[in-house]
Amino acid sequence: METSRDDFVIAIRSAFLKKQNQQRFSLLGLIVFSLTILILGGLNFKPINYLKLVVKEIAYRSTFFVSVPEKLIKESYQITKKHINLYNINVRNELELEDLKSKDLLNNFLVLENQRLKLIVEDYFVESDGIYAKILSDKNSPFLKSIIINKGSKHGVNIGAVVKDKEYLIGKIIEVNYTTSRVLLLSDINSKIPVLIEPQGLLSILSGSGDKEGVIQYSKAENITEDTSVVYTSGVGGLYKAGIPVGKIKKINTGSLNNKVEFFSDFSQLKFVEVLFFEIKSAK
Amino acid sequence: MKLKNKDLKKKLLKQVPIILLFMSVLNNFDFNYLGLKYFSFNFSYILIFYFSLKRSSSLGYTYIFIAGLFNDVVNGSPIGISSLMYLFLCGVAAYLRVITLRTSFFKDWIAFVGAILILNSLSFVIVNLFFNFEISFINQIVNIFFTSLLYLLFSSIFSFFKGSSSVR
Repeated sequence: METSRDDFVIAIRSAFLKKQNQQRFSLLGLIVFSLTILILGGLNFKPINYLKLVVKEIAYRSTFFVSVPEKLIKESYQITKKHINLYNINVRNELELEDLKSKDLLNNFLVLENQRLKLIVEDYFVESDGIYAKILSDKNSPFLKSIIINKGSKHGVNIGAVVKDKEYLIGKIIEVNYTTSRVLLLSDINSKIPVLIEPQGLLSILSGSGDKEGVIQYSKAENITEDTSVVYTSGVGGLYKAGIPVGKIKKINTGSLNNKVEFFSDFSQLKFVEVLFFEIKSAK
Repeated sequence: MKLKNKDLKKKLLKQVPIILLFMSVLNNFDFNYLGLKYFSFNFSYILIFYFSLKRSSSLGYTYIFIAGLFNDVVNGSPIGISSLMYLFLCGVAAYLRVITLRTSFFKDWIAFVGAILILNSLSFVIVNLFFNFEISFINQIVNIFFTSLLYLLFSSIFSFFKGSSSVR
């Protein structure tokens, strides 16, 4: 019994304390070092934050180059998939285009009418300005749905800025470095945004599910009775500009509706995004 | 000249595990773009465990530590957590290397499965409790399951290329 305990201690000592050939540090030394970084990082210790910034700048730039071969494979796979479904997509697009053309005319009228009415009631309107950014890395890992963009504090990006793909909301900035930033996608489990469900006019919270779709929280599911319901940002709390389209209520196969939201933007296909800055201005 | 080329080739081959490790942490090649809902695996764990066990000189602990920092930054997890997990995995592999006289593919696999189960639980607890970071429990289990399964495949591939499955 004593001998086996001695053997165990010797084996542990050999594994954790002995330096291998060409090794500068022992395993135990590096474990202690990692633990120190982890704890101090959790306590927001300044030198660790600087270390983080340096590692981030190097890693994000390197990721862009390292992921080139995988991006090529990914793009070829998606192009092949698109080609296979080309005919069906085209038929659907033609029908959608006709529908959208008529809706666009009505939309223009409504926007103008809305602005005019706001001026009459002396309300405020939101003026926004944006910059376009390239996606450096889109690591949609199962644990964190985020993307890295090539614009940072140098370009005026702030934490909390809204990020759009064309006209659709995709997430917000959660981390800003000097030349890069991280965008938390709406599909991430930690993402929660105030939304408005139209035409019912329901205010709710949209949460990410860690998957492709979002989930409507804090709203009675039975209220959403139409499969044409569209989800927009509500602007409540001033975090997001109101009226940015997010997605539509998803119809499941059985014909019944649940509280899942299908995002308008496909987060796996992002190449360029718009970072939006907005300020509330008086209509006067 | 021929001898020099051979030396260079040998040196380059020796660096392959390190290059693979850095590529895997910077790129996370996990085939997410296939859109499979329940599929993900941790290639870095497989690589680190295999090479720490079979060819401990191929991957230096310092490189593994730096790769862990890069992985945290790319994944957005608390800095230091991946390094810690990677080094613990190295520790398990090193312990196994010390106590084992006759290697067995199956025993190595069992040890790997046990190690990643404990390490993922540990990382889940740290990230969830101390950093208030929400992680999907199902995704974590799926990741452990496929990492365990794919260890068999990748270790066979590595052994095939290195011809070293029985050499320690």
